Amino acid sequence: MDATVPSPIVATPTAEPLVRVENLTCAYGRNVVLRDVSFDVPRGEVLTILGGSGCGKSTLLKHMIGLEQPAQGRIWLAGEELTAAEGAARRRILASFGVAYQAGALFGSMTVLENVMLPLAAHSHLDLPARELVARLKLREVGLEQYADYAPAELSGGMQKRAAIARALALDPAILFLDEPSAGLDPITSAELDALILRLSRALSLTFIVVTHELASIFAIADRALMLDKQEKGIIAVGKPQDLRDHHPDPRVTRFFRRGEETQV
Amino acid sequence: MTPDNSASLDIDTDSTPARLRLSGRLDAEHCADLWPRARAAMTQGAVVDTSAVDYCDGTGAALLFDLIQRGGTVEGLPERFAPLLAELEPDHPLIIPRRPPPPGVIATLGRVVAEVTLEARAAIVFIGEASAAFASVMRRPRELRLGETLRVATSAGADALPIVALIAFLLGVILSFQSAVPMRQFGAELFVANLVGLSLVRELAPLMTAVLLAGRTGAAFAAEIGTMKVNQEIDALVTMGLDPMRFLVLPRLIAVACTMPLLTLFAELIGMFGAALVLIGFGIPMATSASQIIDFVDMSDYLTGLFKSFVFGLGIAGIGCMRGLQTGSGARAVGAAATSADVRAIVMLVVADGLFAVAFYYLDW
Repeated sequence: MDATVPSPIVATPTAEPLVRVENLTCAYGRNVVLRDVSFDVPRGEVLTILGGSGCGKSTLLKHMIGLEQPAQGRIWLAGEELTAAEGAARRRILASFGVAYQAGALFGSMTVLENVMLPLAAHSHLDLPARELVARLKLREVGLEQYADYAPAELSGGMQKRAAIARALALDPAILFLDEPSAGLDPITSAELDALILRLSRALSLTFIVVTHELASIFAIADRALMLDKQEKGIIAVGKPQDLRDHHPDPRVTRFFRRGEETQV
Repeated sequence: MTPDNSASLDIDTDSTPARLRLSGRLDAEHCADLWPRARAAMTQGAVVDTSAVDYCDGTGAALLFDLIQRGGTVEGLPERFAPLLAELEPDHPLIIPRRPPPPGVIATLGRVVAEVTLEARAAIVFIGEASAAFASVMRRPRELRLGETLRVATSAGADALPIVALIAFLLGVILSFQSAVPMRQFGAELFVANLVGLSLVRELAPLMTAVLLAGRTGAAFAAEIGTMKVNQEIDALVTMGLDPMRFLVLPRLIAVACTMPLLTLFAELIGMFGAALVLIGFGIPMATSASQIIDFVDMSDYLTGLFKSFVFGLGIAGIGCMRGLQTGSGARAVGAAATSADVRAIVMLVVADGLFAVAFYYLDW
């Protein structure tokens, strides 16, 4: 191992993790973004991945949802190894989690309802009335029941993100990945989205992995926060957000959290 | 008991009220088969016994919601699944907004007329603004973005040479071959060069080059400017006090209007070369074909073709830029703008070519 690279901080492994990342190294060509990252996420936890710009938050997310292949390391989702899976096994793993992208990524040529029905059509054998009912109920869960027949472009930014969550929930995944859910939203809409995440987490026992750098959201929703750093190319802190803010010895961590307090004041 | 990984539905219609007994795993995979049967068997007041349900996810809860909405009563649902069903608020029917009825014939006709009128108005406004911007640049030539104009001219003109050459060459080959075979029966294959030369110069080279340019450059202008519109780059130009017409549209109009006649001339020469090659196979030397064309096709024919190509170029670039500036929001709008630019440009070419044919006939050009 490179002597200049400090030993990676390994998040405490849990007995039955729903998500396990083991010695993950992410690189684009020769550019190593993350090196030797390991952590576990237990069932039902809301984990936020945070850090400054360019620290590798989105890169880590892309690797965890299978959009990028790691240079090294392995990722398990719901007990199955994503990094080694191919064909039908990979499709099964991909159906076990949902992703809500930063800009919503709703298909503009479909209505909101059709967007939510799409994964059901692709991965289930439910008939059309059943698919429509399931999709409408998912929209009810996120508070968009009355907007089912709207085009995505007719919705506000916050509504589009909620619709994206409804689509991610369509197949009742055990894990939900959210990429910057609060980005571009006003504080009230952002708080409403946080409340939705908490409610879904509790009611459906969902595991959330949320990439964000919005401190208000982190304190509102996170059971644990995992902080990445650009220089270290890895995790520099893991724990409850309040503990990281108040007791962490690394000044980079406390500065990140306390700057948030200053801005809140 | 059902096996661990299956679900079953037992229907007892003899009892009063009817009883439906669901058991096993209620998830998307296992609900698919039994949902239509449960829906069909449902009657008002039926009891849905769920005491043997081992697993229930959102889809299973949606099935129970459906049965409750159809008048059923769910009994015996294991406590751990109750919050899931409660989350769906099964006592509240779904709100399905009533879709507005489709517009009638008269309303549709009115909308089409309004759209055409607005479209014509937008085209007139665009032509007016472009003319004003051109007049402004004529007064102060430094206002023209020469670098951008040359970049567009390279992209629309020089970069298009290979495809124009290929199409023109094949056009010349096909045209001469198809006409040489029947004309040989009359011993008139020598005049194939005259026929191909005149057709290319007056009609085919300007038209084919314009069709290529519409697909290649007009659509690209619409997509490029449309993406700029979606990304608010056009708004940024306006708020910086820069006129999008002068900044974006004029360089494209000038570049295409200048390169289009050159491309057409190039297409004419390549097409004639292709035709002459075929005629060698019919025993006519290339020098003879060239001499026939030089004698038969005069300068007014060339000028007519080049004038048409100049107008076609202006039209294609103008339509591409106009559709780009009219782009709505989202990725779909950019695609729609590019498609629309292409289709409208081709329609414009056909209409304009027809008008030119009539005008040149009366002018005796």
